[in-house]
Amino acid sequence: MLRDITLGQYYPGDTLIHRLDPRTKLVLTMVYIVALFTAIVYAGYALVFLFLAVSILISRIRLKSILSGLKPLIVIVLITGILNLFYTKGEHLLVHFWRISIYWEGVETAVFMALRIMLLIAGTLLLTYTTSPLQLTDGLESLLNPLKKIHVPVHELAMMMSIALRFIPTLIEETDKIMSAQRARGADFETGGLIAKAKALLPLLIPLFVSAFRRADELATAMESRCYHGGEGRTRMKQLRMARRDWAALAVGVLLLALVILFRRLGI
Amino acid sequence: MSTIIKTEKLVFTYEGAETPTLKGLDLEIEEGSFVAILGHNGSGKSTLAKHLNGILLPTSGRVLVDGMDTAQEENLLAVRHTVGMVFQNPDNQIVANVVEDDVAFGPENLGIPPAEIRRRVDDALTSVQMYEFRNHAPHLLSGGQKQRVAIAGILAMKPRCIVLDEPTAMLDPVGRGEVLDTITRLNRQEGITVILVTHHMEECIGADRLVIMSGGSILMDGSPREIFPRVEEMEAASLGVPDTTRLLYALNRQGCSLPLEAITTEECAQALMRVFGHKE
Amino acid sequence: MTPVLQTVRLTHRYSEGTPFERVALDSVDFSAQRGEFIAVIGHTGSGKSTFIQHLNGLLKPSSGSVLFDGKDVHSSKEFARQVRFRVGLLFQYPEYQLFEETVYRDIAFGPRNMKLKDDEVDERVREAADFVGLEESMLEKSPFDLSGGQKRRVAIAGVIAMRPEVLILDEPTAGLDPGGREELMENIIRYHDGGKRTVIYITHSMEDAARTAQRIVVFNHGHIAMDGAPKAVFRRGFELIQMGIIVPQITRVMMRLRELGLDVDDSVYTVDQAIAALRAGKGGGGHA
Repeated sequence: MLRDITLGQYYPGDTLIHRLDPRTKLVLTMVYIVALFTAIVYAGYALVFLFLAVSILISRIRLKSILSGLKPLIVIVLITGILNLFYTKGEHLLVHFWRISIYWEGVETAVFMALRIMLLIAGTLLLTYTTSPLQLTDGLESLLNPLKKIHVPVHELAMMMSIALRFIPTLIEETDKIMSAQRARGADFETGGLIAKAKALLPLLIPLFVSAFRRADELATAMESRCYHGGEGRTRMKQLRMARRDWAALAVGVLLLALVILFRRLGI
Repeated sequence: MSTIIKTEKLVFTYEGAETPTLKGLDLEIEEGSFVAILGHNGSGKSTLAKHLNGILLPTSGRVLVDGMDTAQEENLLAVRHTVGMVFQNPDNQIVANVVEDDVAFGPENLGIPPAEIRRRVDDALTSVQMYEFRNHAPHLLSGGQKQRVAIAGILAMKPRCIVLDEPTAMLDPVGRGEVLDTITRLNRQEGITVILVTHHMEECIGADRLVIMSGGSILMDGSPREIFPRVEEMEAASLGVPDTTRLLYALNRQGCSLPLEAITTEECAQALMRVFGHKE
Repeated sequence: MTPVLQTVRLTHRYSEGTPFERVALDSVDFSAQRGEFIAVIGHTGSGKSTFIQHLNGLLKPSSGSVLFDGKDVHSSKEFARQVRFRVGLLFQYPEYQLFEETVYRDIAFGPRNMKLKDDEVDERVREAADFVGLEESMLEKSPFDLSGGQKRRVAIAGVIAMRPEVLILDEPTAGLDPGGREELMENIIRYHDGGKRTVIYITHSMEDAARTAQRIVVFNHGHIAMDGAPKAVFRRGFELIQMGIIVPQITRVMMRLRELGLDVDDSVYTVDQAIAALRAGKGGGGHA
């Protein structure tokens, strides 16, 4: 069922991680990703892993939720792993049959690449699990604010993003419903070739689009009647304010990156 | 009592339509009253509602909100600040992912200082009895709860009048009851003017005034107690009356003399008790 | 007689195996004979919508089974598909499923999926359109240009055109005004055709259920809490209220009268029944 999708879900909570300013979390996530791609040695990986593990522990997000978020991407992880396994040449040959040779270096790279992708996703999942979509867009809007000077419609983009996020569950539910309704009239979404399948989607897509437009129209009216008139003169209930914990967290992030770079230099 | 909304010879024709949907309405709404506007589909009741805070503008005639002409661009924000609007589909009026953030949306647009918004949001959620849900995701709430969040979103703007355009049409009976209780309380306790547009006549029982619309005009206008007893007229307008009224009416035709203005369940039972209770 | 539809210990869990797992139906036993007219009521989340989606095989039971004419609906893919057409299911707000360029083609969607011949499809489309009161001239219009009430009729015609032996409807009158509700209920009663076909429908309106159905099934927390003739169900007014079901106004008045000490039958639910019950009360008269 479509409604089982958990990607991008927010788990409300009141932990240190939840309370961090969304900007801090966004910057930290970026620092974390940079560190992840900088770490090419064991110690570096271990450090990045430790950072994530501690963050998850503090956030009290259950490991199960992180794992279920990783599940949809398992195929990508596997393919990346396998490709690296077969195509990396090195010095220590492990297995050789037919035209395929697997080197120790290949195994190493495959494991690292798979690990890297999983850590990357787990990190971003932690961000979305602990930050409400609205905070996230607020944080982005605030971080991107300087771009307003070069006429980037930052407020509008952030508003669009948060509305899109708000309507994803609604539209997923609607998709489910229309699909069931059409299946009740004998529609078949599963069998047939690619073209048949694409054609079979029309009875789903057309009502979905019509409904999305209707919703957009009604929402626009509702927003206007709540005095929405763009970003001009708008205030926010939840002010973004950097607290001491935010600076501390950022310091930890900088330390992480510095150590990872150091390890890379030292090659340990 | 002062007038908060006034329509003067309000005519409205939809683009491309041949006949007007509203045919010269004159209506005055008193501040602090609870007015129900009842009519079947196509009677023009929703079109009228959309005029009351400037979503639609008259083709001819005027709509005055607290003396301000809604057709004047510069009045629009003040009009919408005075008259809030709750719509039929609860899903399509909730903007944010978290209940309290959604309630904050209106005051944020008005440029209210953050601490004041926080206070208003908490107050509004408390008065619709949704405070404990403030951190929930709206799509996981029931229809009645969503609609109460939408009402809170309007309340937080501190309007003097709330117009509800068929707010219960998509709700189950429980949700319908929740919404009705909420708006009745807002009117009685907080003195907010309430205009309820509906096609369920049972929902009008608690209103001070009932305006019946048909074919773009006002057919009847009075208190529910004055209007429901006019059973024949109501049925001619294919609106029907509550079953309690129909019961009393039918008994009266068989020779009883029961008060037709006994419109609530309790009043009806008491009236029946007076007649049938002494037979033993 | 073999029931046309039967469920045996039907259980359904949503999001099985995830932290969001929820039991929607818990071991439900139910059967419907051919020709019955059944109303299903229950508050939102009581499991009634999940229940009816099992009856035409759209949802698969987590455990237990659904039988059509005594045969397991999911016994073969072929049979499951047949049941899909023999048990027509109309969803809530069905007007939102319309998608074709013309009304005609939309109504024809079901019959075409049944792989019927063109002239057979044509006959059924026209018959179904006529049945719900859509004029010939509307058939070539775009469904998106119609009014809300007309759209709903098109959607109903789309199901009726499959000529299902059992017609199941999820809150068919939701959002309609009293006039529209009346017309639609008449259509449904006409489709029932005095018992030639079976009708099962979900409603929130106890008044509608009481007026039209011969049998009322009440869902509560994934179970069938009551199942019987309207009078038998309404006799348990207080229980219904506890389940979050709003009982008809007339029933409430009669319940209140009983509380006040008047010995009247409080299982009545229409104006006429109420009058009869009041007259039958001790002393008979009432000509005050």
